Amino acid sequence: MLSRHVRFRFDEARDCHVLLAPERVIMPDPIAVAILERCDGVASVGSIADDLAAHYAAPRAAVLADCLEMLNDLAAKGMIAS
Amino acid sequence: MLMELTHRCPLKCPYCSNPLALDRARDELDTATWKRVISEAAAIGTLQGHFSGGEPMVRDDLAELVGHARAEGLYTNLITSAVLLTASRMTELAQAGLDHVQISFQGADAEVADPIAGLRNAHAKKIAAAKLVREAGLALTVNAVVHRRNLHQLPAMIELAVEAGAQRIEVAHVQYYGWALKNRAALIPTRAQLDEATIIVEAARTRLNGILTIDYVVPDYYASRPKACMGGWARRFFNITPSGKMLPCHAAETLPGLRFERVTDRSVGEIWADSPAFEVYRGTAWMAPPCQGCPRAEIDWGGCRCQALALTGDAAATDPACGLSPNHALMAALAVAESTAAIDDFAYRMIS
Ligand code: SF4
Ligand code: SF4
Repeated sequence: MLSRHVRFRFDEARDCHVLLAPERVIMPDPIAVAILERCDGVASVGSIADDLAAHYAAPRAAVLADCLEMLNDLAAKGMIAS
Repeated sequence: MLMELTHRCPLKCPYCSNPLALDRARDELDTATWKRVISEAAAIGTLQGHFSGGEPMVRDDLAELVGHARAEGLYTNLITSAVLLTASRMTELAQAGLDHVQISFQGADAEVADPIAGLRNAHAKKIAAAKLVREAGLALTVNAVVHRRNLHQLPAMIELAVEAGAQRIEVAHVQYYGWALKNRAALIPTRAQLDEATIIVEAARTRLNGILTIDYVVPDYYASRPKACMGGWARRFFNITPSGKMLPCHAAETLPGLRFERVTDRSVGEIWADSPAFEVYRGTAWMAPPCQGCPRAEIDWGGCRCQALALTGDAAATDPACGLSPNHALMAALAVAESTAAIDDFAYRMIS
């Protein structure tokens, strides 16, 4: 799930989602938004990939790779906790 | 948006970024005006509200303003010396929805830190406050402002951040404007100190990957390309002073000939959109060579205007931190001369 100090919300002025942390503003692309919307602190990466693969009729392996890459990137920035 | 709620502060750091002429308590904006400012900022798409000062905790209405900013959707960050943080105020701020707390440390122990802060017992209070922040479940950044007098404690300051349970440490070399410019000769690190600090940070980043995020700001004086100051003039950032002046940067008042409008006269959105002081260095049209036409013009936006003024006398000049500036050699020479000449308190007093 997202770290306590990170907020993920829709910004009306920019018409896009934003991830907010101290000194950082990230504008995630649509794939990242779809992943983040499923990060509820309960779902595992595997189940998020299942859900996305079904929802977008995409190959699960590719979806899982995308998820892992993005989440590892955010973890390195300290923006998600396990 | 950086909100300098007040210039009042119990500390006396010699590198404070506040201007030399401080606003008085009686000239500070009232609660209702700050709330309006926050709402106007949110309406033009401001994403983050940083509560700063001086020491923002001297304002009794801090929690109320934080709550309002949260309600308006802003990410809320408290930038504090933390010496006034008590358990009850921590609870009040957490309940108001504060997202994040940033505590400045002047050194790794009281012996080094307290004389820099100019306040006895400050360091011990900060350690206690950091604990309160973590107990309240809030995220913590340790803000380590480093300079020649405390750089030898950098490894210990990184340890302090880990022990305090911080998610992040900002290792920031002093930026030389405001009071820091006045005290530059007593603060500026030597080249050897700087190189050592960079090695320490790199090693700590590897060792603490996933435990502590280390943000590192290198001093311009030894750089070859400038930083994009504030992400470019009037592009991403604005500052409201305690008395309500709206600035494109917290040091912008050092620039001569600019008139900064007040949020008591016009709205945040109006000032942002067309105030002459925001327009003057916005974009690239104002640039002269070597910035004009440079492929990096939209990357670093010509660097810092205040630094250009302080070192070249011309606010519209290329930042002398840039190797392409005709004044670059002068800047590097000055850094070497000052960092190696003034080494003790005697020199410190002569400068101030
Ligand atoms: S010349 Fe100007 S735009 Fe080019 S790198 Fe230097 S400061 Fe940046
Ligand atoms: S250029 Fe001036 S206004 Fe901009 S960050 Fe630097 S000091 Fe501040």
